Amino acid sequence: MSFPWANEYKPSHPAMRWLDEKLPLPRFVYNAIGAGYPVPRNLNYLWNFGVLAGFCLVIQIVTGVVLAMHYAANTDVAFTSTEHIMRDVNWGWMLRYMHANGASAFFVVVYAHIFRGFYFGSYKAPREMIWLIGVAIFLLMMATAFMGYVLPWGQMSYWGAQVITGLFSAIPIVGDPIHTWLLGGFAPDQAALNRFFSLHFLLPFVILGVVILHIWALHIPGSSNPTGVEVKSESDTVPFHPYYTAKDGFGLGVFLFFYFAVVFFAPNSLGHPDNYIPANPMQTPAHIVPEWYFWPFYAILRAFTQDFLFIPAKLMGVLAMFSSILVWFLLPWLDRSPVRSGTYRPVFKKFYLLLVLDVAVLGYCGGSPAEEPFVIISQIAALYYFLHFFVVLPLVSSFEKPLPLPFSITEAVLGADDAATLAPAE
Amino acid sequence: MIRIFSLLAGAFFALALLWSAGKGTYSLITEPPAKTVEATFHEHPKDLALPSDGAFGKFDRQQLQRGFQVYKEICSNCHSLKYVAFRDLKDLGYNEAEVKAIAGGFKVNDYNANTGEVKQRDGLAKDHFPPVVYAGTGTPPDLSLITKARHGGPAYVYSLLTGYAEQVGYKNEKGEELLKKFPDAKTPDGLFFNPYFANLNIAMPPPLASDGQVTYKDGTKATVDQMAQDVSAFLTWTAEPKLEKRKQTGWPVLGFLLFATVLAYLAYRSVWAEKKGH
Repeated sequence: MSFPWANEYKPSHPAMRWLDEKLPLPRFVYNAIGAGYPVPRNLNYLWNFGVLAGFCLVIQIVTGVVLAMHYAANTDVAFTSTEHIMRDVNWGWMLRYMHANGASAFFVVVYAHIFRGFYFGSYKAPREMIWLIGVAIFLLMMATAFMGYVLPWGQMSYWGAQVITGLFSAIPIVGDPIHTWLLGGFAPDQAALNRFFSLHFLLPFVILGVVILHIWALHIPGSSNPTGVEVKSESDTVPFHPYYTAKDGFGLGVFLFFYFAVVFFAPNSLGHPDNYIPANPMQTPAHIVPEWYFWPFYAILRAFTQDFLFIPAKLMGVLAMFSSILVWFLLPWLDRSPVRSGTYRPVFKKFYLLLVLDVAVLGYCGGSPAEEPFVIISQIAALYYFLHFFVVLPLVSSFEKPLPLPFSITEAVLGADDAATLAPAE
Repeated sequence: MIRIFSLLAGAFFALALLWSAGKGTYSLITEPPAKTVEATFHEHPKDLALPSDGAFGKFDRQQLQRGFQVYKEICSNCHSLKYVAFRDLKDLGYNEAEVKAIAGGFKVNDYNANTGEVKQRDGLAKDHFPPVVYAGTGTPPDLSLITKARHGGPAYVYSLLTGYAEQVGYKNEKGEELLKKFPDAKTPDGLFFNPYFANLNIAMPPPLASDGQVTYKDGTKATVDQMAQDVSAFLTWTAEPKLEKRKQTGWPVLGFLLFATVLAYLAYRSVWAEKKGH
């Protein structure tokens, strides 16, 4: 679907005309990310992160495929083969640092993308499907990142795998068999490493497929925008190319600058030193922590320290951790405000800022050792997290008085819209 | 309907958290956790400045060679360096003949796949540093990656090597005396007190005991501090032999990106000029 005023693909070269008749692939690209896709003219820089996330996926797949040519998924040599990549493979050190920090960059970008969606109500009708697919992509990313971190078979790889797969054993009755089945043993070992490698290679391509669905779903209602007011006329939109290709090009340059600054000058700053120690099942590290992008959820997992209503603390933590992400699937139906953008929602905006702060606090606690005062702080922060999604969002719209919305995107940008004078007064 | 469900779910998690937080606070008040000896007396690494630090850092070849000498004459009695190959030592400024001579000074195990026999032979440039058989207390870690595998990196290695102290009468910066505050925390026999080590008691005897333990070929005075710095520099290299190349590659990459980004910005301004009236 597209707006009636969308440019039509008109190939001028005979070869392109020939191709367009047989397989309209150029037309498809033109309508998806070319001049044939009309986009609101008022998108701000927060709308760059979708393209950046796609670019991160490409970085990860390209570097990952080459790394897989040199890596050996065998507990005896996995660590050594990683060091072989770092020392003996031509530019192997650069590929590995790009891949490891590429995962971090991917999560930075995706968190910005998700929190942009929270603020501007991007999950609301008619864009629920885009949002649902997006949450699914995030879950796939988490699984992929976790399994990738296990591959170098360092101490944190091993013990991280031990802790995370151990979560499944919290499920009553069937937990232990599921745990054993997932690992192919009672603890992470050869079977686990090999299947993690296999899945870590597969899942990025699954993500790629789901990303295509995400973009397909996006093209049905078209992109949202910072006012949350739907597109009304041609003057509200500009063609994706050249307007947003130019803007995304600039955004990509800024992003790559910071990304490569980390890759070349602080490549180990986001990793844990213990993962440069080969895995040792006989020696537990002093503090087992996941990579930074899991810290908020790790803090929620550990915040439940007491059994509650006959539910063991561990199961409580696992339920809470999964719920803290799965609740995002319900957002389109929990938030009932007819106004999309947080800009016009004075009460919601305050709660939103509190949520951003809250997730940052959870992240800090998740990276800290499980001792006081971090446990209490993470309990309070987790409390707000759940209240925000399960209580505040469903209720806030019933007493909030939204600010007046602009008539149209054109009016928001230019201060006046000729079409507005023709529209009947509401 | 969904809102009722969500309020119930919110209440469920909130109550569970309040219950956990309440019990946690109660036990925090009734039984405040005692400060451990490690929390009170463990020291963060001292400051160490190496030529390889910073965005323009380069290895000092002379220092790496001195550090290698310290490793070879002292550390290698107990610690292996298995991820490093002798051929890599060319990076330290040794020529081919010198590398061959160094390799020839080590015995490596040669496994004959046809007979299953293991024979010892002199090392070749292609070989890695051989495993080290150690029979004492503790397990000496392989040193190849040690500066990347510890918080603080080279500064940690330097601090550990120069940080041994007499436990009797030891005071921290606040002037608290360890054995007065924690009389039970006496270092067990066979271990050595070192406040830079995580649990304060390390199995490694002070390896750099006195000045002049090695005789540097370049005439540098081999003080304990100098040897500790040199070997920390050497182990920075063993952990990341591509450090220099990495930093040298980084600058042109960032320079190009800066240039390209400026161009992209100008293109963006020019494309949007009419819509935004820049």
